[in-house]
Amino acid sequence: MRAQLGFFVLLGCGFAGQALADAATTSTGGGINANTGQQVFQHVCQGCHQDNAKGAWGAGAGFPALAGNPKLETAGYPISMVENGHGGMPWFNGMLSDEQVAAVVNYVRSHFGNDYKDTVTAADVAASHGPAPITER
Amino acid sequence: MSTPQNAIQPTRRQLLTRIGIAAGSVAMYQAMTQLGHAAGTDFTSPPVLTGAKPGTTVLVLGAGLAGMLAAYELRKAGYSVRVLEFQNRSGGRNISLRGGDTLTELGGATQTVGFAPGNYINPGPWRIPYHHRALLHYCKAFGVELEPFVQMNYNTFVHSSRTFNGQPQRYRDVASDFTGYTAELLAKAINQNKLDQPITDDEKRDVLLAMRGWGMLDSNYAYTKSDLVSRRRGFAKARGGGPDGMPIPSDISPRGEVMKSGLWAWLAFYMDYDMQTTMFQPVGGMDMIGKAFGKHVNDIVTHNIQVSKIAQDADGVTVTYKDNNFGGTVGEAKADYCVCTIPLPVLSQLDVQVNAAMQTAIAAVPYASSVKLGLEFKRRFWEEDDAIYGGISFTDQPISQISYPSHGYFSDGPAVLLGGYMFGPAAYDFAGMTPEERVKQGLIQGAVFHKQYPKEFSNGVGVAWSRMPWTLGCCSMWSEEARKTHYKALTEMDGRIVLAGEHASTIGCWQEGAVLSSLSAITRLHQRAVGAA
Repeated sequence: MRAQLGFFVLLGCGFAGQALADAATTSTGGGINANTGQQVFQHVCQGCHQDNAKGAWGAGAGFPALAGNPKLETAGYPISMVENGHGGMPWFNGMLSDEQVAAVVNYVRSHFGNDYKDTVTAADVAASHGPAPITER
Repeated sequence: MSTPQNAIQPTRRQLLTRIGIAAGSVAMYQAMTQLGHAAGTDFTSPPVLTGAKPGTTVLVLGAGLAGMLAAYELRKAGYSVRVLEFQNRSGGRNISLRGGDTLTELGGATQTVGFAPGNYINPGPWRIPYHHRALLHYCKAFGVELEPFVQMNYNTFVHSSRTFNGQPQRYRDVASDFTGYTAELLAKAINQNKLDQPITDDEKRDVLLAMRGWGMLDSNYAYTKSDLVSRRRGFAKARGGGPDGMPIPSDISPRGEVMKSGLWAWLAFYMDYDMQTTMFQPVGGMDMIGKAFGKHVNDIVTHNIQVSKIAQDADGVTVTYKDNNFGGTVGEAKADYCVCTIPLPVLSQLDVQVNAAMQTAIAAVPYASSVKLGLEFKRRFWEEDDAIYGGISFTDQPISQISYPSHGYFSDGPAVLLGGYMFGPAAYDFAGMTPEERVKQGLIQGAVFHKQYPKEFSNGVGVAWSRMPWTLGCCSMWSEEARKTHYKALTEMDGRIVLAGEHASTIGCWQEGAVLSSLSAITRLHQRAVGAA
């Protein structure tokens, strides 16, 4: 099922009618069509963390830089953030596949001035999270 | 249900009283709703806050609808109120963009809106259901003129790139065909005695009658090309006058294609309580509401104030801020109480002195990413060429939907339509693009509905809510787990601080939620302040 994530998301969030209120489009406009870590970063992450991964700062708050961020030293940290979210960071457990999370974590940890040599696999990601949270309609 | 003749039927009021006594007000409310009395949100009337101690001070953080309403009602009740706002304007997410407006987003891109005079787009809230009674109450009280927002229009399009050769279908055709085929299938099952287990003979007759009328079935319970069906679906050759006025019925689509398409989802969309007609919009732009609120409180709002810390002790609340009116000078404001409406993605990064449970709750609710595109075209081709007056066309492409203006019908000159409105993966994707690329993609995808797009396009704006510095997202995204674990802690008053905003309501992402959370917050604050709680 995870391999067909795009279609799954479309049915799960889209056609089942996820209504985020006035928010509501009910359509997510398809799944996340990205395979490589770079693609996941461009289609998902850079809308907040910016295309140079340097983050951005707003009302005394903002999106942290991923470029040169020492918190990335342990791969478990970005995996957990992506899967579970925290603060303004949404959870992606259920939206991104384990493969996509592994790819983007490996990509970010080896680009933007980060040079960590160890990599993670989809199995590592799978072992790190439980069932996806259910977003309220 | 039959009733013995000697039994006395209780009147409705008697019944409600009994339910109320026996089961409390919640059961009473549910019963009333079922009997057709109360409806909508839990608003009945504005709070009556009496007995405020003179000189009691309240700091309100944020001048969106929740903050401005708190300030308005608390000042009316006798409190001394001051509002601090990060932006140089009041209104928060209640905002409209017009020609000449500029919008600078995180990452540094600045868009200057090029719309013609009188045209606008509502990048935030854009419609108000008839049962959002609290917001409607204040619209009326503050003189905001409302007009119908056309939510549902049978003549708009629905589009699936995977079926019907990728060709958009009229909503009317899909609604007719899906309803007809579904009715036909059910009627067939009944007539072939396939439903004898769940259905009695009496009910069989009722359901068959219903299916025939609901699905436009013929005397054989078949959904077929016919004058009858075309009275719902429209004719291939339209009805007319005189000798050549006889219509020709339209073809119906193949059942498999209709069922496979998933387009039936849009029938269900309009059935959601919050999506049902009648809907309203303010005349001239959604920000007419924020402006009307502002008229009552702007004298106590200080703009360009960036809060960094919210502290409290037994004596009061101290808010530390940078005053961007004076080069970021650090200052402090003190008050007896604080209503904090700062969006959670921002608040979760500030130094906030509340109990651990509330702090955890603040960090547990991210805001959804959402993108809206406002596209101005040189003429109303959707009206002139396609007879679409308001409403929404849906697509499975990332833009998700386009919506046609609910005002200015039949006028000449340029008009603005909502060229895309997306959440989820599509919103993340579009938020990662430059504003120009968002508009460009909106034009490419929207052309599936209207080939006039490239020729008639004038200018556009693409608003990515995750890049708005003052909210860092569109609106609260709750998981069911977070609601169970954190909602109470988020909304309960902690010492001298109470939160308000759509995130502190169960009508998330709607202005009604902001208004109701604010009324709840100030009512509890007042009770605390007068020593009643």
